[in-house]
Amino acid sequence: MATFVLAPHSLSPATRLKDAAAVAFIALLLGIPMIGLTTVDSGGALQIATRWPTLFIFVGVAFAGRLVLRYGIDQFKAHQLTRERSSAAMAAAALADSSGRSGGPVLTWIAWAAFGVALTLPMFFADNRYVVDTATTVLIYVMLGWGLNVVVGLAGLLDLGYVAFYAVGAYTYAILGTEFGWGFWQALPVAGAMAALFGVLLGWPTLRLRGDYLAIVTLGFGEIIRVILVNWTELSGGPNGIASIPRPSFFGLELKPPGDDPTFSSFFGIEYSPIHRLIFLYYLILALALLTNLFVSRMRKLPIGRAWEAIREDEIACKAMGINARNVKLSAFAIGAMLGGFAGVFFAARMGFISPESFTFSESAIILAIVVLGGMGSQLGVVLASLVLVLLPELGRDFAEYRMLLFGAAMVLIMVWKPGGILSHREPTLRYAADGEKR
Amino acid sequence: MMLQLSGVHAHYGSIHALHGVDVAVQVGEVVTLIGANGAGKSTLMMSIFGQPRASAGRIVFDGEDITALPTHDIARRGIALVPEGRRIFPRMTVLENLQMGAVLGEETNFAVDLKRMYTLFPILEERCTQSAGTLSGGEQQMLAIARALMSRPQLLLLDEPSLGLAPLYIKKIFQIIRELNREHGMTILLVEQNAHHALRVAHRGYVLQHGQIILSGTGSELLASPEVRAAYLEGAQTETAA
Repeated sequence: MATFVLAPHSLSPATRLKDAAAVAFIALLLGIPMIGLTTVDSGGALQIATRWPTLFIFVGVAFAGRLVLRYGIDQFKAHQLTRERSSAAMAAAALADSSGRSGGPVLTWIAWAAFGVALTLPMFFADNRYVVDTATTVLIYVMLGWGLNVVVGLAGLLDLGYVAFYAVGAYTYAILGTEFGWGFWQALPVAGAMAALFGVLLGWPTLRLRGDYLAIVTLGFGEIIRVILVNWTELSGGPNGIASIPRPSFFGLELKPPGDDPTFSSFFGIEYSPIHRLIFLYYLILALALLTNLFVSRMRKLPIGRAWEAIREDEIACKAMGINARNVKLSAFAIGAMLGGFAGVFFAARMGFISPESFTFSESAIILAIVVLGGMGSQLGVVLASLVLVLLPELGRDFAEYRMLLFGAAMVLIMVWKPGGILSHREPTLRYAADGEKR
Repeated sequence: MMLQLSGVHAHYGSIHALHGVDVAVQVGEVVTLIGANGAGKSTLMMSIFGQPRASAGRIVFDGEDITALPTHDIARRGIALVPEGRRIFPRMTVLENLQMGAVLGEETNFAVDLKRMYTLFPILEERCTQSAGTLSGGEQQMLAIARALMSRPQLLLLDEPSLGLAPLYIKKIFQIIRELNREHGMTILLVEQNAHHALRVAHRGYVLQHGQIILSGTGSELLASPEVRAAYLEGAQTETAA
């Protein structure tokens, strides 16, 4: 097959036909047992029937499809080649700052538009639980993506066990809430600190590891946390999880049907509706996610943030600049973990019930996929990738068992078209005018 | 004495790379280490920074024993390194690279130092918003030198600054080394394969072979020495002529 793929771009019609004929022949061979022959049930006994017309249609589709596909791929490659050439020519012209800055204002517009949509979404869908709920899920992943972005995108430490910190945050709140009657807002900083502590615990022994080795250790760490949660029944309830986790309140006002204490609806004199809580949760995670974004963008512009990126680029050079690589890496682990912990607290409060089921490796993989597909280090990329990765399986619900196929295909396609992620553009962290004044 | 290595041994795993090396650098000097591939030049340079750590011997900088200090602490004592292969931060902008170099310095010095670097290397000002990885090799080398200078070091270590550069850039780099020393009083320890250029710019030089110093003297002494000429300057004559 490799010979087909490597075929040159300008093929003669004869070669194209030959190529398509070869594919059609393979389709014919495969098709005879799969399509050409079928079993029919005639009076209790199985008999073989033939479906030659269907087979010929199948072969014909394969033939035509191959022609079109081949033509499309060639066009695409030719297009890409010319684009590469033109961009190489631009680089040769050495225009001072054309490479990094193009598309900057457009991205800012997209970011503000996304922010506007996020802010007004519940107003348009106030009676649609499904939309608000799904949007909340997207935002959880956005927040997790932004948290993991610190570790993977900025500091360049490949972490395959990020879900562990999500779990630590969720379980810390669940235990504090159910056992000690702590509220959401009290537990939030404690759970964040707890997750950060676990981040340091993981970071400490893995400081000397990089790349693949670090990935394997973090993968193991994620599993260890999950296995502990499954087995330490007294603490975590084991596989049964923890139920009736307290819901977050709106400045002390509960969002529940009217009772003895003043509730959100009675305080504001509006009629109680269960959607209030959903919308409140939506705005809560939106606020948390925006705070995360603000926090991470600020950190990026501080010396510590630049040190994260420099560590990603070249650790030895960093040490030679006098940077304590150990502390820089630990801080990245701790802050990434803390943000994951915050998201975990929200998750526990939203669901009201958590179990180790929610913190499997596939969660880590999805969060990592969001960061990678979004474009390592890009904040807006994370949002776009979360939208794709959460909404695709949702939209694909109609296709039932094919939805994961769709999901996988989308990921492959993004990586083919945008190997650096949806947004591989990197915003510089500081700009100086020629005279040395800070802009 | 600014830097003194005495009896330094170093290992890469089981490979014994340095066999008791003594090197001294005085304030205001340019000292060069020359030697063939694999002689241990870069090992010697990096062992000053504790990468790899000296397994025996003492390294004293400015009267303080720095043999056992962690790499980042050594840098904080006022030694800056321009590593072999430049090791700039490719995806960060030129300006951000320079900022990384100044990480230890006073924030108030930054604007002044930046201006100084832009005067020394005007190309960096032109390229300041570009990501460093898009610079040419010679420009990257200048960036690496400027980044090291941003920390206002007392001692500058240069590891093969001319490696893989076009002849024009090599000339320029050595001009800059001379200028840094003669006009700004920078003390420099220079590791080079390009013995001819290195010995011409250096006050003193050492010849390293199989992890040992086999010869030392002033730059002009070594340039004139028959051993050095035979081993390291063959072919350099044509280059001088050209």
